[in-house]
Amino acid sequence: MSEVRFHGRGGQGVVTTSKILANAFVRTGQFGASFPMFGFERRGAPVTAFARFSSSPVREKTQIYNPDILVILDPSQKNSPAVFEGLLPGAMMLLNDSELKGNVFHKNLRKLAIIDASKIAGEEIGVSIPNTVIVGAFAKMSGLLQIEPCCDALQDFFSGKKLAANLICVDRGFKEVKIFDL
Amino acid sequence: MITKIKDKTQVKVITGNGAAAIAAKLVRPDVVAAYPITPQTEIIEQISKFHATGEMDCELITVEGENSAMNVVMAASLAGGRVFTATSSWGLVFMYDAVLATAGARAPVVMVNVNRETPGIIAVSSGQQDMICTRDAGWIFLIAEDCQEIMDLVIQAYRLAEDYEIQLPVMVHYDGFYLSYLSEGVDIPFQEDVDNFFLVLKDQPERTKLVPGGKLGCGSHGILGGYLELRYKHMAAMERSKDKFDLIDKEYEKIFGRSYGGQVEEYKMEDAHVVLVGSGSMCGTIKTVIDKKRDVGIKVGLLKIRMYRPFPSEIMVKALKGKKAIGVVDRSLSFGFKGGPIYMELKAFETQLGGSEMISFIDGIANTDITTANVGLMIDTLCDLAAGKDVREVTWVCYPEANEPDLPKNGRAVK
Repeated sequence: MSEVRFHGRGGQGVVTTSKILANAFVRTGQFGASFPMFGFERRGAPVTAFARFSSSPVREKTQIYNPDILVILDPSQKNSPAVFEGLLPGAMMLLNDSELKGNVFHKNLRKLAIIDASKIAGEEIGVSIPNTVIVGAFAKMSGLLQIEPCCDALQDFFSGKKLAANLICVDRGFKEVKIFDL
Repeated sequence: MITKIKDKTQVKVITGNGAAAIAAKLVRPDVVAAYPITPQTEIIEQISKFHATGEMDCELITVEGENSAMNVVMAASLAGGRVFTATSSWGLVFMYDAVLATAGARAPVVMVNVNRETPGIIAVSSGQQDMICTRDAGWIFLIAEDCQEIMDLVIQAYRLAEDYEIQLPVMVHYDGFYLSYLSEGVDIPFQEDVDNFFLVLKDQPERTKLVPGGKLGCGSHGILGGYLELRYKHMAAMERSKDKFDLIDKEYEKIFGRSYGGQVEEYKMEDAHVVLVGSGSMCGTIKTVIDKKRDVGIKVGLLKIRMYRPFPSEIMVKALKGKKAIGVVDRSLSFGFKGGPIYMELKAFETQLGGSEMISFIDGIANTDITTANVGLMIDTLCDLAAGKDVREVTWVCYPEANEPDLPKNGRAVK
């Protein structure tokens, strides 16, 4: 089972990222479960979400304290100690950042993937909501998913022009993510 | 849960709230009246969408508050309609007088209550205190563990509520945040199957209805004898609902391929020496920890409460009899008792358990997480108790500070 923790802020699509990925996993015949943790819904407030992906049913209903994958949608949190808390050795991290340099270090981090998802989203959908770019980049970095189920999953969230634009986001995320082996 | 392989399924990834909304659509209600409140809001958003797109052919009344919501659905139910509403925490409190009146009028209302704390300290956090505060309102209470069970329980709730022999309102509870926002794969029943599942209700005598111009009163006054008769009949219907719920679970399995066991679900109970008793989302976590403990030879099981009102004492006693040590996990408090509310209720049947020892765990209050580590600690404590060691009668797992300062007074050593 992979345990993924997402860090971002209200309005960035943190919750939707985790939902789309859980959706994609279920489409492959595997099991996925995700949930966010926040109090009131507020734009700009820090949001954490959790996702579990597994070949057997996911029964745990707890938050994730020892992730093996981190997804950071808010670059200002990239060096925050809270983000790395409980990180398992050999972990990977996906970061949305305009600085495409592997300048994030943690002793337990084996792989770092960086993409300027906010910029790509701005170009493709006109608003800098990075989530669907992140979905594509996640598939590439983790190797847990092909791109097809991610694109299929998007149909449960968007339609028409928005769907088309977000499909491009997934594709660009998959193709343009920079991966550093640490 | 028993799942049989079916010819056709339609699995979708939805949240707990989404499951409740889709279930509400599938039961084809006549009237929905509700007011949004975190963490239930998504249910009302989705139902509004279904209504706007014509997927749901019901009267949707967007009332100005929860009190009106309950009064509207009670009235519509007494007029013979199938009704749905949903609330949480403070919303449940705000409709409390109407909740009582609905039970007294024996209106078969089905309501989802997304569990959230209600202690007056303003908090948006998970906990079962709202459920405990209304436990004796006269409603049947059902509790779900995951998104699939939310879907299945809401559908089953109508069969129970509208059964001619029952005619009681049913509240379906599930944990706010941990379940309301949990996205996972849910097998969504086909409309045709749900319609078939409800066919049996059409063969039953029609329940008494309020008709415009008709000379019939509902919710009328009762004093002395009349009041006593109604209260006794209410209690008797509650008792009947226990077996009825088991039966509905079996019938559900025939059509939908899923069975949970009715009033309670037993997980690895048969050869268990020590048992945790729990309800709601914590049960999924408890099951994973039980599997790990069994790998190292610890015979531990889970008794999951699915029907909380009426209290399924008979079936619980049967399942727990002869077990060495029983730990009840409560996500709420009851003042004047050191142990949790469900623990205290089960304690009333202690003499029938054949010498089992019981302890109480308080966990998951104020959105604290009932983690795998916490569950592990509970099971270890139960094993100590079974081995004859001294343990605290009540352990605040989520707030160890409550255990420390005056241990001799607060926590009675069991042995």
